[in-house]
Amino acid sequence: MTGALKKIIYNCRQATFLIEKKTLGKITAAETLQLQIHLAGCSICRTFQQQSILINRLFTGFKTEELKLDDDFKSSLKQRIEKEMNKN
Amino acid sequence: MNEEKQGLAATNQLHSDPVTWVEKYADYLYRFAISRLRDEEVARDLVQDTFLAALQQLARFEGNSSEKTWLTAILRNKIADFYRNQASRGLEEVRQSESEQVDFFDAENGHWNTPHAPQSFGLETDNPLLIKELGNILSGCLKKLPPLWFSVFSMKHIDDYTSEKICLELKLTDANFWVIMHRTKLNLRACLQKHWN
Repeated sequence: MTGALKKIIYNCRQATFLIEKKTLGKITAAETLQLQIHLAGCSICRTFQQQSILINRLFTGFKTEELKLDDDFKSSLKQRIEKEMNKN
Repeated sequence: MNEEKQGLAATNQLHSDPVTWVEKYADYLYRFAISRLRDEEVARDLVQDTFLAALQQLARFEGNSSEKTWLTAILRNKIADFYRNQASRGLEEVRQSESEQVDFFDAENGHWNTPHAPQSFGLETDNPLLIKELGNILSGCLKKLPPLWFSVFSMKHIDDYTSEKICLELKLTDANFWVIMHRTKLNLRACLQKHWN
């Protein structure tokens, strides 16, 4: 293995960058291979990868069904709309 | 004059009746906004702005789409304006957050520096209560993100916009975009680890 390649393959900063890019976009075949080799030997970046996916899941899974605007805000908003309509 | 006013009102009523908007759509629009912005106050303001803008455009609304679709489209534009505005400010926050990450990795070889290396959250069992708690911590972490990073992250994940569209909207290069996605994730993950346990 060449020194340059070795450097990339053992670089966690680069590996975590590729993890993000691969999850949401595209990486090249060479990058895919680099990442595979890195992850095979780096348990810390495997943990990062799991947690990265978990964060995406938590973010998109945010529940809003229970959320409501409070009644005071709604009634003042309604009044404002009525007032604006009467202006015309 | 009076007749004319009534006539106008009657025409509008065919397509949309603003008096019923709050009751019918306010909560829906609020949820739409808050899932993207994660900020109650901003979400409320944008719902209000949406209704007021809709009133201005009422004459042009011809009922080709449903009221709900129409109002949602107006809100979507308001949110896009908000993101654009966020992207153009908060440069100091970006610098600050970047500097926090400087020693995450060894400057020479890019290895994790031990104090910052990811540690297991101990969630292998997928316990719903713990997941919920982690979600609450994440909400706090999101609030601390630089506005630009949050905007990019939210546009990508909630609206599933392409990176091209996000770059165009926020005037970023493709390289910028991926650097921001990477830094945002490093930031959020570190924040979760810091506040977990």
